[in-house]
Amino acid sequence: MAFIPHTEADVAAMLAAIGARSIEDLFAEIPPSLRVSSLAGVPEELNEMEIGRLMSERAAQDGTPLSFLGAGAYEHHIPAAVWAITTRGEFYSAYTPYQAEASQGTLQTTYEFQTMIARLTGMEVANASMYDGASATAEAALMAVRANRKSKSARILVPTTLHPHYRRVAVAMASNQGLRFEELPYCTVEGVTLPASLGKYAGEDVTALLIQQPNFFGRLEDVDALTDWAHERGTLVIAVVNPTSLALLKPPGGWGSRGADIAVGEGQPLGVPLSSGGPYFGFMTTRMEYVRQMPGRIVGRTLDTTGREGFTLTLQAREQHIRRAKATSNICTNQGLLMTAATIYLSLMGPQGLTRTAAASHARSRELVAALVRTPGVRLAFSGPCFHEAVLLLDRPVAPVLKALAARGILGGLDLAPYYPELGPALLVCATETKTAADLERYRASLSEAMQAARAA
Amino acid sequence: MPTREKVIFEYSQPGRGASDQWPHYVGVAPLADLPAKLRRSAAPELPEVGELEAVRHFTRLSQLNFSIDTHFYPLGSCTMKYNPRACNQYAMLPQFLARHPLAPESHGQGFLACMYELQEMLKEVTGMQGVALSPMAGAHGEFAGVAMIRAYHRARGDLKRNEIIVPEAAHGTNPATATMCGCVVREIPVNAAGDVDLAALKAAVGPNTAGIMLTNPSTLGVFERGIEEVARVVHDAGGLLYYDGANLNAILGKVRPGDMGFDCLHMNLHKTFSTPHGGGGPGAGAVGVAARLAPFLPLPVVDREGERYRWLTESEMPQSIGRLSAFMGNAGVLLRAYIYMRLLGRDGMRAVGEYATLNANYLLKRLRDAGFEAAYPERRAGHEFIVTLRRQAREFNVTAMDFAKRLLDLGFHAPTTYFPLIVPECLLIEPTETESREMLDAFVAAMSQILEEARQEPERVRSAPHTMPVRRLDDVRAARHLDLTWTPTTQH
Repeated sequence: MAFIPHTEADVAAMLAAIGARSIEDLFAEIPPSLRVSSLAGVPEELNEMEIGRLMSERAAQDGTPLSFLGAGAYEHHIPAAVWAITTRGEFYSAYTPYQAEASQGTLQTTYEFQTMIARLTGMEVANASMYDGASATAEAALMAVRANRKSKSARILVPTTLHPHYRRVAVAMASNQGLRFEELPYCTVEGVTLPASLGKYAGEDVTALLIQQPNFFGRLEDVDALTDWAHERGTLVIAVVNPTSLALLKPPGGWGSRGADIAVGEGQPLGVPLSSGGPYFGFMTTRMEYVRQMPGRIVGRTLDTTGREGFTLTLQAREQHIRRAKATSNICTNQGLLMTAATIYLSLMGPQGLTRTAAASHARSRELVAALVRTPGVRLAFSGPCFHEAVLLLDRPVAPVLKALAARGILGGLDLAPYYPELGPALLVCATETKTAADLERYRASLSEAMQAARAA
Repeated sequence: MPTREKVIFEYSQPGRGASDQWPHYVGVAPLADLPAKLRRSAAPELPEVGELEAVRHFTRLSQLNFSIDTHFYPLGSCTMKYNPRACNQYAMLPQFLARHPLAPESHGQGFLACMYELQEMLKEVTGMQGVALSPMAGAHGEFAGVAMIRAYHRARGDLKRNEIIVPEAAHGTNPATATMCGCVVREIPVNAAGDVDLAALKAAVGPNTAGIMLTNPSTLGVFERGIEEVARVVHDAGGLLYYDGANLNAILGKVRPGDMGFDCLHMNLHKTFSTPHGGGGPGAGAVGVAARLAPFLPLPVVDREGERYRWLTESEMPQSIGRLSAFMGNAGVLLRAYIYMRLLGRDGMRAVGEYATLNANYLLKRLRDAGFEAAYPERRAGHEFIVTLRRQAREFNVTAMDFAKRLLDLGFHAPTTYFPLIVPECLLIEPTETESREMLDAFVAAMSQILEEARQEPERVRSAPHTMPVRRLDDVRAARHLDLTWTPTTQH
């Protein structure tokens, strides 16, 4: 039997020791009426060779198209060492580090991760990861309600330039606790949230303002003005940021005159493969004054009984296994292994590598946009600076164009029609450092053909 | 084991780096269009180390861990079974890793086929009618489940039902989840035999009952014998039953939660279906539901039309509780679980429950023979069991925590300690089906040695561990003098 080492002699000896006649006897406390006779819906077993063949065929079926999709998940180079080390059994098959003395590797890696993420975001403290960027955003809204004691409204302002899936996750995960999410419109010319649009909230109790930088369109928001507006009125600021972009862009800790209060984001760009959407990890940072309101695990450095330094889980009184119904969150298992990968990635990239990665991604996306807008019927949607993705407007529906591109082995970006119908036929495109000039030209030429074919049809 | 490893920042030298990993091309004046006020003023202070330094550092750190691949890890309620390497290798095929979450269905038929078949297999082994895969951990699945229960009552106009009943021995995530879903928690006791106190349950249910959250076998390691009666009482009161799948390994292929009367459950794929715990995650907390809750499943869900696989759209599931993840949840974890289930097949599934139970009962018997006290001596163990060291604590002043730490010295990861909270000085021990009889015997020998030490030289046990990279850590100091990020001046 797969992965079960028992011989018949073992089973006989073990049953004899227990004093049972058969394995079946061990289930005697279960009412017979509940016993299941067969699992017909589960196929017969495969051996490793057979599953290898099946999975290789399935993977080949999906192919490796040339992708210009971004929208919250980004293709970046991943150093070979990252996953060679991350999948070492000692990291891969360990549990949550409850026994600190037997888990110093995971604990110290987490401490190093917390340090790197705090430095990258310009914030004071980080936790050991959340599930993904969207759930981290939802948890940040819940945390803001706990942290902003002066506010009683549990109202959270959410720009519509925040990733549409993040907005939905926030509603799904937080509205049962009475949080109200109110959407802020964006300027359809510039593709950003205008501070002037906040005027209607003058004098009202607002718990927190979410700001995504760069926003879902890739555009850069006026984070200083938005942050100061919020702070002047007792509203906390939750930053949602792309970690790669932070090598170039002002970190949330430096937004406005006081900096953001909580910063979260999707950690996937830091060494985690796209993998159909996960596993990724969310990161979460805040000011020291709010650390006891933060959900998730936190590692601290301390001393052992002989005065040697060591690492341990700390501030556990916030967590579900201690506080139960009064915990900051129900989160238990997080995304530890992905956090490990990110820590190795950031160590290999360092300040120079991450900065070059961000700059190269930014350059390639600008070149992509410049090339694509030369195509008749394609123009840039918004004026003003972007980071590594942008919205294009087409003179015809996007979906058939994307389908024609896909038939040529190119994933041309995300059709925004389901999300932002008011923009008309709009396409979100992304290029990172992984794209070459030849890749961009291939996309341009294919788009040109697809648009011509569509016009002729 | 190796001892202390420096913090990576202590290796850092300005100007050093793994330059082979960095892009050559950064464009022409690439930053000219980024306004200065939106720019970062100085590069982030990340470590500057060579590739070999980084590889050695993290390899050494890994060596400071216990893991399934290196040690017996009988951590109760966590199902630390072997994580087959094939699951990792074939989930990490290049095309799977490269697939963007928003790639069209035309470029994901292979992946979607695996997800669809996984949904179908999970329905079969749980006796449920619908499955959604996107919740990313057990607690996330619990959230989905309780949110579905709430949505179900609301959709019927039954707006008062906001109470969730949990046994006092439940996992902490259960009451925490109820709170996250805006519910009120009502705890009920278990009786001396470890079953739910039916009288207390009957007194607790009423017109405000949204549902009950149960683990079965319970966190006490025993099968809830009154489960059919529990289901009747809760259903008669208008509530629903939620199954916490943390202990599904015990009954896999033997009994199905759907047949016991549960309406909704999550499965910890990182327990029962052997995806790695990764030092704290990722997990996957797929949820299963009876037919009446199927309209409320979280998105996305995979469907099949003829030979094509596709995502169900939001307009096809208007009553869904919504999205709980930016994309598909932990797809790579789901692939690992899929591969594991195909490797086991239907007979292998049954063997999991059988041999996990055999190992637990054998280990319990041998430990009792060696002088340890079972918390529920009259009961058959499920896949795990509780030993209470209250006598040793009284006689030798040696606690369950001391035993746990001494086990580390002897090369065994400790069982779960001090959970469930209702049993004093307890160890919750779960050997899993993948351990050999010899390993179980070795664990008994280690426990016996510690018991003898507790009699002869208790200080040796009380001051354990002696051979680990660090001795016992000062948790109070850690919480009082918060040192959560490294700075060059950090001093102790």
